[in-house]
Amino acid sequence: MDIGPYLLLASLEGAVLAAVLSLTALGLSLVFGVMRVVNVAHGEFFMLGAVASWFVATFVDETLGAPAWLGFAAALACAPLAVGALAWAADRLVLERVGYDPERTIVATIGLLYIIQQATLMGFGPDARPVQPPFNHRLALPWVEWGEEGLALYWPWGLSTTSYKLFVIGAAVALLIGVWLVLSRTRLGLVMRATQFDRETAQAFGIPVDRVFAMTFAIGAGLAAVAAVLIVPIQQAHYLMGGDPLLLSFIVVIIGGLGSLRGTVLAALLIGMSDGIISVFFSPTLAKILATLLVAMVLVFRPQGLFGARPA
Amino acid sequence: MTGFAKPGALHLAVALLLLAANFLLPEYHHGAMARVLTLAVFALGYNVMFGYTGLLSLGHALFFAAGLYGMGLPMQHLGLDAEPAFFLGIASGALVAAAVGALALRTAGVAFMIVTLMFAQAGYLTILYFLEYTRGDEGFVIAREARFFFGLDLAAPDVRYLSAWLLFTVAMFAVLALVRSPAGRVLVAIRENEERARMLGYDVARYKLGAIVISGALCGAAGAAYGLLFGYVGATFASVQYSILPLLWVLLGGAGTVLGPLLGVTFMFYLIDLSSGITDAYMLIAGAALVILTLFAPAGLLGELRRRALPWLP
Repeated sequence: MDIGPYLLLASLEGAVLAAVLSLTALGLSLVFGVMRVVNVAHGEFFMLGAVASWFVATFVDETLGAPAWLGFAAALACAPLAVGALAWAADRLVLERVGYDPERTIVATIGLLYIIQQATLMGFGPDARPVQPPFNHRLALPWVEWGEEGLALYWPWGLSTTSYKLFVIGAAVALLIGVWLVLSRTRLGLVMRATQFDRETAQAFGIPVDRVFAMTFAIGAGLAAVAAVLIVPIQQAHYLMGGDPLLLSFIVVIIGGLGSLRGTVLAALLIGMSDGIISVFFSPTLAKILATLLVAMVLVFRPQGLFGARPA
Repeated sequence: MTGFAKPGALHLAVALLLLAANFLLPEYHHGAMARVLTLAVFALGYNVMFGYTGLLSLGHALFFAAGLYGMGLPMQHLGLDAEPAFFLGIASGALVAAAVGALALRTAGVAFMIVTLMFAQAGYLTILYFLEYTRGDEGFVIAREARFFFGLDLAAPDVRYLSAWLLFTVAMFAVLALVRSPAGRVLVAIRENEERARMLGYDVARYKLGAIVISGALCGAAGAAYGLLFGYVGATFASVQYSILPLLWVLLGGAGTVLGPLLGVTFMFYLIDLSSGITDAYMLIAGAALVILTLFAPAGLLGELRRRALPWLP
């Protein structure tokens, strides 16, 4: 056994990152696609999801004395709703009033970013706080290799993953399929796609565009919050945790093609997996430098994204 | 046209008032205003691009940091004197701006904002990556002995204030002259309607690149001066926060006004200074200010004043 098993482990870690990232980036992409709004505060909705998850889980576990899985389940249900409601309010109070003008909304969401982040610092404090995973069995990884005496199975051979990480991957896949079903099979999805396609015609056909926008913004923020609830038992909740998901989501959405959902998921997989693998072998700072430069170059030379076909 | 008389007199009065402040301000505010004046040069540079040319950049920390490190690194590692180092800082600001501009100007609008943000982020990470030379977030201190500019001790409060004042005054009148020159008029034309400016026969791409380079040189000058006057070079000045702050200053004071940047910096500096005495979460104020400005006063303080009372304000 040489490098192979470690690559397996790295790709498993990468898959967890890719799962969370595709949910977060999907939220950003949905908001950009339907509303043409670049939401710089998206990472803060992710962070709020994690912090809300900590509050709910701590309340259920410690005050009510319920088991850890119940706290987690409650967090999974409450945190995205709470964050979605906040995003709804932000859309109605701020974004709608600046008329979704691209530059002014960016400046406004930068303002929201600092308001949310700093308010969390005041309410939650500067410490990182953990949430208990609902279940956490160690699973030893098997490895199959062609050895001297034919096919050999190594199990257990030292490295392992946890059942919770596999659950994160499964849950993310289920949620992605759910979002896809909502977009392609329900009335809400139809209305959202119509608004994305042509805002004014949709309005003319009696679609309440302002409500669709608020809904989209809430769903986008909710997706980031779900991703955060899933990741928070692995990473801890911290008021500055929104920066990395924001940057990575930007990278994913741009490489996948602005507003293209399929491209977003593909790019999340690509970036998540390669980030997991690259940071095993290279310095993470160098990996980030290359990734940011890559994004800039993609925007300069191929603005429709790597997977987008339509010229911008 | 009211000519040069009224605006010229106003700016001269502001410059003289700031000069008089050197002898009148109490010690704490004397130091604070030296900082404000240096940062106002940064904001002036940002305004050339955002306020006058209409290019919203989210990566100006890169130009400030280019000046800061373009000045600081040669002084620290090659033992360069302060005078050439200062001009090296300006040159690196302009050079980095030219490189970023050449690439980023191929995009427009939202893509331009993200590209500049990404370049600045890459620059910040690069500073962290070369930890050995830059000392990363911790930064390094420029020794007092090295901070002599043509024989003047920049660490002395009076010299420090007057140098900041001189730099600001020169920058302010340079920007005033620029925006009142034919070239400056073309920049405003590009801001108002790029297609029309192109149709009138102006080489829009060249003017935009010119605006970025001038902006970069001013920001580089501010960065180099900041490092020299306060003796510290650190990666914080390259972080996203320092790309957002000039935007906030200019928006607050009034984009596309010559005095707006100074007003914005002064206001924000004291607001943050006061609130950081109460809470650690002082960036909350900055965030709230950004939201309130975009909602209620997109033209900023001086922009509103110009709209209502003083149409001749440059």
